[in-house]
Amino acid sequence: MPRLTRWYVKTAMLYLLVALLLGVLMQGPASPTPIPVVAWPTYLHLLVVGWLTQLIFGIAFWLFPRYSSERPRGNEGLGWAGYGFLNVGLLLRVLGERLPAPGASAGWLLVASAVAQLIAGWAFVVAIWPRVKER
Amino acid sequence: MPRLTVWMVRTALLYLGSGIAVGAVLLAAPGLSLRLEARPLRPLHIEFLLLGWTGNLVLGVAFWILPRLGSEGRGHESLAWAAYWLLNLGVAAVGGGQALGLPGNVALLGRAAEGLAAAAFACHAWPRVRSVSAPHSER
Repeated sequence: MPRLTRWYVKTAMLYLLVALLLGVLMQGPASPTPIPVVAWPTYLHLLVVGWLTQLIFGIAFWLFPRYSSERPRGNEGLGWAGYGFLNVGLLLRVLGERLPAPGASAGWLLVASAVAQLIAGWAFVVAIWPRVKER
Repeated sequence: MPRLTVWMVRTALLYLGSGIAVGAVLLAAPGLSLRLEARPLRPLHIEFLLLGWTGNLVLGVAFWILPRLGSEGRGHESLAWAAYWLLNLGVAAVGGGQALGLPGNVALLGRAAEGLAAAAFACHAWPRVRSVSAPHSER
């Protein structure tokens, strides 16, 4: 299993754990504050982006057909860029949606998050596309 | 990788790229003071990522790696191809229909196509879900 896949899969497992713990807190009857722990869209994206998408990216990078004998995984730099931007983007989203009142700082955090996640998704597409091929 | 898997996975990647782009617009809109109508864009974001991205990816990879049927290879490939076309017609009809404000029957037909896609793929894959050590007759 390549190093990038290990980072993707272990990070995905951490997101799964964190998201499910937050899910418990969100359902708890004795919340000490009226402000929810995280917003529902944040919780959902921790699961579908942080866990599911990240797991798919990591496993695809490992198991898809090799690009060439010299560069079996193709452009690994793009794969690492995807990993970094995906996780920075997701954390910025958590911060931006966690701020108690929507304002300029929260807005710009969400803009940065959107750009980072967009770069991550497109980096993965560009990195994996040449490996999707008939033998 | 068989040809159908290539088609499904590449289609999935196109949906991933476009679905994330729609999601990025939705997420960034408040910070950029864009007054977007989220109602048509959100269903498009969900449809592209939930069924366009993960649906095509899962079916494509399943078609590739499920056990083969001995001399019959992957079995009724035409059913799997039908699933591919029905799924993507469905995603286009549901996502596009809602985003463009088309009559509700368009999305309804799209959902029906997605359901038929699931049925076609299940009929294709059902005999392939078996023990690889067992003879073909012992499914």
